Amino acid sequence: MGKVIVVTSGKGGVGKTTSTAALGAALAQRNEKVAVVDFDVGLRNLDLIMGAERRVVYDIVNVIQGDAKLPQALIRDKRLDNLFLLPASQTRDKDALTPEGVEQVMNDLKRYFDWIICDSPAGIERGATLAMRHADVAVVVTNPEVSSVRDSDRIIGMLDSKTLKAERGERMEKHLLLTRYDSNRAERGDMLKVEDVLEILSIPLLGIIPESMDVLRASNIGAPVTIADARSAPAMAYFDAARRLAGENVPISIPGEKRGIFGKIFGRKAA
Amino acid sequence: MTKVLTDSRSIRIKGRSFLALVLSPDLPLDNWLEQLDDLAARSAGFFLGRPVVLDVADLGIDKAQLKELIAQLANRNVRIMGIEGARPSMIEPGMPPAMKGGRPAADFEVEEKQAEPAVALRNSAPVKPPVPEVRSVTQSIVISEPVRSGQSVMFPEGDVTVIGSVASGSEVIAGGSVHIYGALRGRVMAGSVGNASARIFCRKLEAELVAIDGIYKMAEDMDPQLIGKAVQLWLEGDVIMAETLF
Repeated sequence: MGKVIVVTSGKGGVGKTTSTAALGAALAQRNEKVAVVDFDVGLRNLDLIMGAERRVVYDIVNVIQGDAKLPQALIRDKRLDNLFLLPASQTRDKDALTPEGVEQVMNDLKRYFDWIICDSPAGIERGATLAMRHADVAVVVTNPEVSSVRDSDRIIGMLDSKTLKAERGERMEKHLLLTRYDSNRAERGDMLKVEDVLEILSIPLLGIIPESMDVLRASNIGAPVTIADARSAPAMAYFDAARRLAGENVPISIPGEKRGIFGKIFGRKAA
Repeated sequence: MTKVLTDSRSIRIKGRSFLALVLSPDLPLDNWLEQLDDLAARSAGFFLGRPVVLDVADLGIDKAQLKELIAQLANRNVRIMGIEGARPSMIEPGMPPAMKGGRPAADFEVEEKQAEPAVALRNSAPVKPPVPEVRSVTQSIVISEPVRSGQSVMFPEGDVTVIGSVASGSEVIAGGSVHIYGALRGRVMAGSVGNASARIFCRKLEAELVAIDGIYKMAEDMDPQLIGKAVQLWLEGDVIMAETLF
């Protein structure tokens, strides 16, 4: 049986979709079968980031309403054979998702895939609660600034109360993915420090993804950053995060803090 | 070092609990109303001047039927102060407000005013009414996880202890004192049912609002020197006092 991961945050624009695509592609490169599922019905983006927007025929709403079979709606990635996308519908809204339908789709996906990564919409309403409902593991995406941290805190509270795991009295495994971390701004003190965010949210850290032009460049060519430029700093950070998700023990480094005087000179040149 | 946190007069907002009669009608309502009439005939004025809450939780009726029931009760001089267990859609403006969070108390004894002599003879020894269950005031709960943004912990019975932080955008409301072994970033209301001796303790004060017995203080009215420190807060008269803990 596959593991269901929900990538969630509460706040919009923090990097949920980017992280879903990057983690999905990173896990698929470990020779595991991965499905990434877009729950943002009405405002889908995952198809664009995965470069599959021209190949969407059926979507999750079609599957739930019985208009299409699950294998018809799944889109195989052109670069990685074991990476699949289940797109959201762009013409419908979140009310088209029913709890029973989502449960059926999740149970079917768990039979075929090792990892099912659900890209949650922003907010705390129906779409977000349905995306987290069947999850075994939650990846809480947070930017190092106060509004994102507070929204994440709210989402963690919901993960502990509104999911099937919580209702069965089990503990939901939660991980913090700190994204858009800018080492220059952190040095100037313009940003919340990593330890401050960890102190407020008190959940284990999965990884720190540096703010980088590479992420934007990858989005524009329609590829997860872990495929587009596997040797870039954000891609390396996502690969490490994926290894930690798979249970490996990988030490966490804070971007920019290990650079010595030479690193600073060369680092600036590279940027 | 004791600091006076307030000098202006504050508005007191308090909670208070009262014992109310709860009526739980059964279907069919006609029969139930008949029984009620019978009870009222035997004990005139039983409902007069008493707060009555209507419990419709297990009663499958719609809005129109609820309206009719309230009107029928009003005809019998039973005034409803609140409705329990109704769906929000069933309540409209003009109806008694919805109530929740009630706790059961002892049953009410209906005094028979025109009791028959035979019955009176048999019951020559007066039956003592059951003593209402008195809850101990020393109750407390311990929460061993952080209180997350958007969560609300309400415990009017006594003290609340949180092992962890109370996040910005969350609240803890206690009848007694509140102890936080972590950072207090949200709102805490201690002594919410009229307990002026309740106190608030925290490891790190960054609260949005603190209140004791209805007297409250916003973050910007607090002494900046206390922010980020381990602090206890208590009430002296109408003034919230605070000092750092070591």
